[in-house]
Amino acid sequence: MEFFNFKKKLEEKDLYKDKSMSTNNIKELEKIVNSELTSKLEKSSISHNELTIETSLEYLIETIQFLKSNDNFKFRQLIDIAGVDYPNDEKRFELVYLFLSHELNHRIKLSLKFETGTLIPSITKIFPSANWMEREVFDMYGIEFKEHPDLRRILTDYNFEGYPLRKDFPLTGFKEVRYSEDKKKVIYEPVKLEQNYRNFDFESPWEGTKYIKQLEKKKKDE
Amino acid sequence: MSKKTKTLNLNFGPQHPAAHGVLRLILELDGEIVKKADPHIGLLHRGTEKLIEHKTYTQALPYFDRLDYVAPMNQEHAFALAAEKLLNVEVPIRAKYIRVIFCEIGRILSHILNVTTQALDVGALTPSLWGFEERETLMTFYERASGSRLHANYFRTGGVHQDLPTKLIEDIGKFCKTFPKIIDDLESLLTDNRIFKQRNVEIGIVSKQDALDHSFSGVMLRGSGVEWDLRKSQPYECYRDLDFKIPIGKNGDCYDRYLCRIEEMRESVKIILQCINKLPKGPVKSVDGKITPPSREDLKDSMEALIHHFKLFTEGYRVPAGNVYTSVEAPKGEFGVFLISDGSNKPYRCKIRAPGFSHLQAMNYLISGHMLADVPAVLGSLDIVFGEVDR
Repeated sequence: MEFFNFKKKLEEKDLYKDKSMSTNNIKELEKIVNSELTSKLEKSSISHNELTIETSLEYLIETIQFLKSNDNFKFRQLIDIAGVDYPNDEKRFELVYLFLSHELNHRIKLSLKFETGTLIPSITKIFPSANWMEREVFDMYGIEFKEHPDLRRILTDYNFEGYPLRKDFPLTGFKEVRYSEDKKKVIYEPVKLEQNYRNFDFESPWEGTKYIKQLEKKKKDE
Repeated sequence: MSKKTKTLNLNFGPQHPAAHGVLRLILELDGEIVKKADPHIGLLHRGTEKLIEHKTYTQALPYFDRLDYVAPMNQEHAFALAAEKLLNVEVPIRAKYIRVIFCEIGRILSHILNVTTQALDVGALTPSLWGFEERETLMTFYERASGSRLHANYFRTGGVHQDLPTKLIEDIGKFCKTFPKIIDDLESLLTDNRIFKQRNVEIGIVSKQDALDHSFSGVMLRGSGVEWDLRKSQPYECYRDLDFKIPIGKNGDCYDRYLCRIEEMRESVKIILQCINKLPKGPVKSVDGKITPPSREDLKDSMEALIHHFKLFTEGYRVPAGNVYTSVEAPKGEFGVFLISDGSNKPYRCKIRAPGFSHLQAMNYLISGHMLADVPAVLGSLDIVFGEVDR
């Protein structure tokens, strides 16, 4: 076997890139996204120096494919898929796809809103890493994906029931697990709480003045 | 005459010393060759994201220590950055440097654990004994800054909890002088060790393209030759002012990843030393009294301070509505927090992007065609900690 000196083997590179995410770049990106995708986008917005675009169900695959392959974007990496639940909205669920482009040093958020029971096209064919991310969304929100190769629960227990991250799922859950000495095995029972879960209402307003004393003291010290 | 072959299903874990936690891996074996691997995760699932939705921002922070419990403060950092971005709070410069010092200590903590336990998995006992002694020293630094060795809860929105004692800064400086020698010692045991190389060179090779497709980040990405490190490419805190290099691998195998981690530890030491030398004076948390609690001293004679203190520790502070994604270069890769606020005192949704989740997902791709004995080697080089994978 060949022995080599590791110092020669590793390269050390300075990664400073000038094209970091400045405000101008984000605005430019938004312009390009809007001009290229035009009717496929519902809306686009920039907040906190982050670009969010919203698309509709029918254009989802097309948009993602485009973001990945177009030379202006090169969003080659899927960072995460986040589900969000808005129980009071007509379109109850939202999926947020986070993408990253290493080449151009850009990030983008793609959002998709839809009603309960909608089948979402799976993007595992475009990004293999979407597999577990979609499984997690399915596990936590009960959102189903069309043509997903292996749509099983992932994080919750075997034979778990319910979708824990939905807002109507209680924090304490429904079932608890313990080892039963009589039956000599692990058993599931309905949750018994000694005290109800307390959720304080903090909706009272709190609009005071700035913390003047501390600020003045700081000034004096300086 | 034809031979009939039958594959064997093997259940690896959930309690297995080389599974680095509670991983259940269903392996389909043809003789000693792995045909398919199906990781079952979630045995450490504690519902962190659900819990965070029911806690105020201050109360949510400690949950991040419990994700990747090997480098707790790096996780806290991502959440603190997210809340700060929504609140638009300025972090004082001293706090930025302190944060960087502890993030790099976290990186060393994590890399020591990974390098030495991976060596343990492939048969070398000594490195872990040497490495853990250093980890203990580092955890003492955590304790002296925050009060606890592991679950620090030290970073706060707008800064850090308390200033560092002068003696602690001196001691961290002393450690930085002696630690490179320890890395040399570790290397003398492993880098040119024939057995270690036979177990790691050309095992678990990841090509550049596959690393991108499988959402790899951190060392998993750099080991395959992709030049990407968030500390350089999207600098946060004061990384822009610091001088350090990023090691890049060539072959994308387990051995390259090991080398990257060793070099990253050396760079981390350099970063810590620079931070200590540059460490500016000043406050360590934001002066905005609506976010930062008043000092103990003020509580004694200021009614207003008392009210603020009471409100901050019961109701907490309200965060303007909006959503942000912030990410940090954690030791294991890109750790991100996607935070949605509805304007109340609790996060509406907090999605945690754990690097280990994507890495473990690629297990089937990495291990198919390898021997059973390579499973611990590949698993070790993925740097999996179940706290963050299962959340």
